[in-house]
This record gives sequence, structure tokens and C-alpha cells, in this order.
Amino acid sequence: MNPTATVTDSFLERAPLLVRDAVTGFLPEPARWLANSLVTIIAVLAIFGLLFAFLTLAERKILGHVQNRPGPNRTGWFGLLQPFADGIKMLTKEDIVPRAADRLLHFLAPVTLLALSILTFAVIPYGRHLVPVELDSAVLYFFAAGAATELAIFMAGWASHNKYALLAAMRALAQLISYELPLLLSFVPVILATGTLSTTGIVAAQAGWKWHVVPHWIVFTPWGAAGFVIFMVSALAESNRSPFDLPEAESELIAGHLTEYSGFKYALFFMAEYFGMCALSGMAVTLFLGGWQAPLPVLEFIPSYVWFAAKLLTLLLGFIWIRATLPRLRIDQLTRLAWKFLVPLALVNLGTAAFWSLTSDWSVTLQLLRWAVALVLVAGPFVLLGRGLTAGLGPRTYRYA
Amino acid sequence: MNPLELCLLFSGLLFAVGLAGALARSNAILVLLGIELMLNSANLNFIAFWRYGPANAPATGVIFVIFSIAVTAAETAVGLALVIAIHRHQRGIRLQESTRLKG
Amino acid sequence: MNAILILTALGTIGTAIAAMAGRNLLHSVLLLALTWTGVAVFYLWAGAEFAAFAQVLVYVGAISMVVLFAVLLTRRSRDDAGSSPAAQGRALSAIIAAAAVAGVLLGAILCSPLATLPRPAPAVSVRQLGEELMGSYAPALLVVGVLLTVALIGAVVLAAGDRTGQPEDNP
Repeated sequence: MNPTATVTDSFLERAPLLVRDAVTGFLPEPARWLANSLVTIIAVLAIFGLLFAFLTLAERKILGHVQNRPGPNRTGWFGLLQPFADGIKMLTKEDIVPRAADRLLHFLAPVTLLALSILTFAVIPYGRHLVPVELDSAVLYFFAAGAATELAIFMAGWASHNKYALLAAMRALAQLISYELPLLLSFVPVILATGTLSTTGIVAAQAGWKWHVVPHWIVFTPWGAAGFVIFMVSALAESNRSPFDLPEAESELIAGHLTEYSGFKYALFFMAEYFGMCALSGMAVTLFLGGWQAPLPVLEFIPSYVWFAAKLLTLLLGFIWIRATLPRLRIDQLTRLAWKFLVPLALVNLGTAAFWSLTSDWSVTLQLLRWAVALVLVAGPFVLLGRGLTAGLGPRTYRYA
Repeated sequence: MNPLELCLLFSGLLFAVGLAGALARSNAILVLLGIELMLNSANLNFIAFWRYGPANAPATGVIFVIFSIAVTAAETAVGLALVIAIHRHQRGIRLQESTRLKG
Repeated sequence: MNAILILTALGTIGTAIAAMAGRNLLHSVLLLALTWTGVAVFYLWAGAEFAAFAQVLVYVGAISMVVLFAVLLTRRSRDDAGSSPAAQGRALSAIIAAAAVAGVLLGAILCSPLATLPRPAPAVSVRQLGEELMGSYAPALLVVGVLLTVALIGAVVLAAGDRTGQPEDNP
């Protein structure tokens, strides 16, 4: 929470800050900063913990309805108590550690993964005055903490003393490293356009409306839409979600690097994965979708954190929908997609964004030319690279069982 | 003892630890890691002088460290590729066994 | 302020010694990743945020991955080579040499006039860094870019070896 906020907005906007000041306002200055930080941390953990719980339930219900079955509906109204039942089950399971496993690393891996995933929540602006930490290089911090989580996955695979877990950990690492590059390249055009690495600065640069209807969000430009799609595909792969969930699919090497984990440590791994998903979606909302800003001027009376939550939930439901629909990719297919398709596309996108920002002062008639050139620069490489990726159909072979 | 001296002592000691590791270990990867430590201690020196040294060009220290990190990354990649290539020939990476060019 | 510096320094040097002296190679690599994080904490203490996050991103996020892959690809079996007398002699002389270098460095530091005026950390914004990189340091940036490309292509060629081209399966 930004402590120097000058609140001139409506009561609903200021409500979280008023609550926080009511709780900590009576303390003297150094202790007050500490108490404010603690309140912020507790609020973020509580909200995202509850979001994680109900997201697991929403995923199972939506997957169920897509597959023409009801999903969990036994525990409580419409299965609403299911996450808590799952939590109790995980807590009461026996914690088994293999005898030859490296006990310290086996314990530290889920802890490190969860700690680094939670660290990434610190720089996302949740509302007009609701950024936990305001940093000048916030986006770099976010992706540095995200990159360090890969080490924890390796620790999990190695410490299990199980060659299948180790192989799966190496495959997971290959996937994470491959998709790190399109993830980082896809938001470089955003930095180019907004001129700052600070998340609050990026959201502020997307303020305002063109002709009072179309917001200045980056996703409404050709290169922004392409960058958003590349970012979401890479975010799917970075959080090991379907169709890139080879590292943890049950039919592949049992549970991958999580094979030797039981009980609460397994739950911690899943919590870290969902937190990673939420954090990457939050960052996508900040970078491409205008953060906490309303889409139309007439809708500005709705508080900013409600808009952020609405956009975040839309992206998360998109993740779940994709999981219900698309089949899984093999390891060679997904590495080929990353290196031969997404990376060149992201680099061309950077060029398109540079062209866009250099021609921003063209006259109104030349704006049509600008849009046409940008659309060609975005769609052309997509079609050409995609054609090179599929490589046609091979001769039909018949295999006799 | 002013903070600058403390920072330089820190980087000097880290350099010495890296040097000891690079000289003492026989595993090629650990020698490379010792070299990494020495490069990190040099970066520490840059930041120490950026923080406490004369304040003329404020961005130079940080830019030097960025370039140093980039070059170190390249050197590590090449060094570890060399280690993998050596392993392919002699089935082990102990430096004592890499004596094929010895006269 | 000095207390944080001393704690960070002790932690970093401690993990570095544990990494260099350890028997288990993977524990050494992970302890070294912790050392690099300690160096990043020092950068944060000094006020160089960009350098700290770049350090974590490059060292802990990328270089440690490369080192771990190299360790896993070059294992023979789970052997820790026991310390032979020659190895102990070499370790002792290495420690003596490093102690001598440390002595020279410490002597130089303690004897030189390093008076500093207390001043706040120089405020370098990311925008300033970007303008300098693209302005006065642009040639160096281009050279580093070429260097990285050449080094990585060379590393790929070295590590791949001389495999005769095997056609891959089509998707």
C-alpha cells in the first residue's frame, strides 16, 4: 500500500486504506510502517489463499461441466466446501520421505518454490493506491523472482533420489527455460511504449480514452495484441498448465518431479503453481490490459480493485477453459513451439512496436497506413512461421497391434 | 572503519575464498565456480565504489556491473560446454586426468 | 546500517566457504546460488536495485541452471572422490596462497586513505540507465551483444559434439 497516497477519490476507492489506517493509525512512526507492511502481507496472502482454494474448485466444476458431468457437488452447497475438505485431507496425510533422499533439499524445495512465488505478488498494482511495494524496476524484480523458482523444481527432482523424478525435473527445466525467453521478449515492446519499468508507471501510461470510448490499453494495438497472446502462451508454459503440463501429467513419469512428495508438501507445490498462475495473470493485466482502469469513462464509479479482480478472473477462467479444451503437447513439440515460433515472433513484434512508436505523430489519413503496416507485420510472420512449423502430413502408416 | 572499507574487505575476502576454491579443487566445474566467485567479488568492488566513491557519473558503476554480469554469463556457458566436451573424451572431469597434451 | 552489511557479508562468505569446501558437488552448486543471492542482497543494501535484480535473474535464474545441467550431464556415478594425500597437499598450498592474496588485499585496503563523506546513495533511475546504455555506451552494448551471440553459438557447437545429422520425427 502506498503510504503517501493523496486520496481524493470516492469512499469505495479509499476503503481499504481507511481500514488499514483504522487498524494501525495509533502507532508511532517506525512501528507504524512495520505494521502497515504486515497488514499488507496478511491481506495479500489471505486474498490469494482464498482465491487459490476457490480456483481449484472452479477448475474442477468447469472441467466437469465441459465434460458433461457436474464436478464436486457433495461437500456443502454446490461443492463449496470442497477446497477445505481437500486441505484437511492433505494436512492429515502421512508425510513420506524416501530413505535415501536428501532430507534437507526434499524439505526446502516446496518451501523455496512457494516463497519465491509469493514474492512475485509484491509489485502488482491491485488498485489505484494498492501496490504493496513500489519499485523503480518492478517488472525486472517480478521476472527475477519467477526465474529463481526453476531452481526449486530442480531441487525437488534431485532430492527425491528417483531417476524418473530427476528426468522429469530436467524436462521441466528445459520447458521453463525455453519459455522464459518469449515471456521476457513479449513485454519488452510494452516497456518501449511506456518508457518505464515501474508497474504503477505502466498502468498510468495506459490511462485515458480515445474518442471517449476506446481505452489506451496496450492490448488494443496490433503489436500489443500479439504481445499479449505470446505472453499468455508463455505464461501457460511457465506455470506448467495444460497444454504444457508435461512435467506433472499423471501419464508421464507418474507425477514428474513431484513423485516422492505426499501430503502437505504436495499441496504446497500446487499452491505455488496456482500462485504463479495468478501472479502471471496479474502481471498480464498490468502490462497489457491497463491494470485497474475501467474500460469506459461511465464505469469509473466502480472501484479500481473490482476492475482488477474482474480482469484477473477473466484471464484465470481463460486458463481453465484452455485446459479443458486442448490436448497436451509432447516435449519436442513444445520446445519447437518456443524456439522456432514464439521467439522469432516476439522479436518481429519488437520491431513492429518500434515502428508504431516512431510513427505516432502521423496525420489522420496516414494512421490507416500505420495500422495496415502494423497488422501486416504482425500477421505475416505468424502465418509464415506457422506454416514452417507444421511441416505437412507424413505418409499414412498402419500399425498392427 | 568506514563503510567503504568494510565493503572492500568483504569483496577481498570473497575473492580469496574463490581463489582458494579454484586452486584447490580438482573437479573442473568447481574450478569454474571459484572463478565465478572471483568475478562476483570484482562486481562487489564496483558497487562499493559507486556507492561511496566520488559522485560524478552516477550511472557508470551500475552499467559496468551489468556488462560484467553479461560477459560472465557468456564465459560460464563456454566453460561448461568445454567441460561437457572433455567429459565426452575421458569419461570424467577431474583435472588431474586431463593430461593428454602432456609432453 | 553497518550491521546489515556485516551480517550480509558474513552470510555470503560463509556460504561461499561451504560451497568451495563441500564434498557433494550439487550441494556446492546450490550453496553457491545462495552466495549469489547474498551478493544481490548487498547490491540492494547499497541502493543499486537494477543490478540486484539483474544479478538474481542472470546468476540464480540462468547460470545456476547451466551449471546444474553440466553437473548432471557429466556424472559418472555417485562417487565423491576421497581425499588422497596429494589432494590434501594441494588444498593446503591453495589455502596458503589464497591467504597470502587476502593478506595483501587487506593490507592495501587498511593502509590506503579511503575517507568518505556520508552521503545518500546515488539515485539512478532505470530511465537514466537506459539513456546511458543507448547513448554513450552503445558501442559497448553492441560489442557485448555480438560477444554473447558468438559465445553461445560456440558453446552449443562444443557441447553438441560431432553428431552426424539424424532426421527428427515430424510432429
